[in-house]
Amino acid sequence: MKTSRIELRDVVLTLGDGEETVTALDHVDLTVEPGELIAILGPSGSGKSSLLAVAGGLSTPTSGTVVVGGETLTGRSRKELTRLRRELIGFVFQSGNLLPSLTAADQLRLPATFGAGRNGAQRSPAELLAEVGLEHKADRRPHQLSGGERQRVGIARALIADPAVLLVDEPTAALDRARSHEIVQLLAKETHEHGIATIMVTHDHDVLEYCDRVLVMEDGRLSEQEG
Amino acid sequence: MFLALRDLRFGRTRFVLMGAVISLIAVLMVLLSGLSQGLVKDGVSGLQNLPITSLAFEKGVQHDSAFTRSVVDEDAVAVWQEQDGVKDAAPFGLALVNGATADGVEVDLALIGVEPGTFVAPRSAKGEEFGATDGIVVSSHLVEKEGVSIGDTITLEHSDLSLRVVGVMAEQNTFGHVDMAYVPLDTWRLAKAGVNDAGQLNERQQHEITAVAVDGPDDTAAGDEAAGTESLTQRESYDASPGFTAETSTLMMIQVFLYAICALVAGAFFTVLTIHRKGEIAVLRAMGASTGYLLRDGLGQALLLLLAAVGIGVGVGVGFGALLQGTAMPFALVAGPVVLAAVLLIVLGLAGAAAAIVRITRVDPLTALGANR
Repeated sequence: MKTSRIELRDVVLTLGDGEETVTALDHVDLTVEPGELIAILGPSGSGKSSLLAVAGGLSTPTSGTVVVGGETLTGRSRKELTRLRRELIGFVFQSGNLLPSLTAADQLRLPATFGAGRNGAQRSPAELLAEVGLEHKADRRPHQLSGGERQRVGIARALIADPAVLLVDEPTAALDRARSHEIVQLLAKETHEHGIATIMVTHDHDVLEYCDRVLVMEDGRLSEQEG
Repeated sequence: MFLALRDLRFGRTRFVLMGAVISLIAVLMVLLSGLSQGLVKDGVSGLQNLPITSLAFEKGVQHDSAFTRSVVDEDAVAVWQEQDGVKDAAPFGLALVNGATADGVEVDLALIGVEPGTFVAPRSAKGEEFGATDGIVVSSHLVEKEGVSIGDTITLEHSDLSLRVVGVMAEQNTFGHVDMAYVPLDTWRLAKAGVNDAGQLNERQQHEITAVAVDGPDDTAAGDEAAGTESLTQRESYDASPGFTAETSTLMMIQVFLYAICALVAGAFFTVLTIHRKGEIAVLRAMGASTGYLLRDGLGQALLLLLAAVGIGVGVGVGFGALLQGTAMPFALVAGPVVLAAVLLIVLGLAGAAAAIVRITRVDPLTALGANR
């Protein structure tokens, strides 16, 4: 059974040590349901990235509970978190963050080599490339792809192991308007069709129409967008 | 190694450059190995070929010049023969002499005096057996290098003795880069003393030998005690060959430096490479790749590179070496030392690479988020 929910309960993340501490996440409560794409807006330094890091098991919160895809992340060892990341979580990074030596098809084959996916479940690289409209560019390496194409490969790579949740970091930061719309549309489509719980952190007010909910982050506090 | 292989292909220019450095080190290593084996052969092959375990020299003799300074009385041979565990013992004399053939070719010889019929007597591969009073049996190297042949007469300086070349041994037998020539002990004594007639030898010279050649036990203490001698094992006696220690230790030092350079070069290359890859390693870790996976990938890549580079280098080195062998340069390719050098280069290169690649474990996957790349 796939339980693709993200739950953050009363999560506090304090960064820094000694006297100079910053509260990156200030008692954040958030639930993302399966098949739901939520956008989180906010100025830089507001704690958006910290939220992704905590939901993705990259940072351990100071207090509170994080449950992703039915697994509690809080209180786990680094090794356990690494395993849960490869089994449950798909990351989409800014500008794709692809590996320079791999072709588009190999980018999608790579996660299987380190055992990504629940019980190694994998979607077909060829089908997924076709789904993001890049079947004819399977042999291209990142430097031979445009920014939008790189980001689509990045999304396909995040989806290859059929993750429970998708954590998306500023996917349109380096793209023009038309490409940005395509990318977020693609994320919405995949989220809805595969019942994934998706959090997208963004600056881009232009693409919010595709999101099911929009939240605003300010000084570590999360609130529903007004109006 | 999914990623490692694709990185090798994609970044081939940098990997080929790095591999070329290691290959050149391997070429140099093979040539040095050949040179040091060649020098060993030139320096002490005559001692290596002796069927002995140790040589009993004069008590208190300086070890680095034992062969030229030691004087032992022949009576010590009998004492040694009676020792427990000694299979055989025989008189052995060595003297460095100069001579010239009838054609005026000057030859330096390490003149060895032994009794015909003893276990240290030489075997002729060509010509007569060893035994004639004025007959010498020479190292094959003398025939190949100086053009001396059977039937030639060599006249020694000082003693003015005329010796006939009667036989040639199967192999190169040299001592301190000088060819060995065997003569019966009585003739050797004349040459050593620089006289022509046995009547001119004094009492001591009539019974003089350089050392007792012994085929026997590892422990020589009892024999030395009884005979009043000081034994050097066969291996220890090499150091008494002129220049041997200086030559081999110089080459050894160069080889040790090359091993260190190999490890450092590999370490430096993979340090830069790993730092360069920090961003992609953070992404891989964020995606859930384990530390073990990343280390296997990185080390596998280093191993492949080293295997290929050292393999090519050894191949080229052996090719070069084959050209050098048989020239005037003392050069001998021996499989054992070459293989050992290749294995050490790979192991030390991998150690250097490993020290760099462990940096992977310090990359924080958190840096994959944001605009850090």
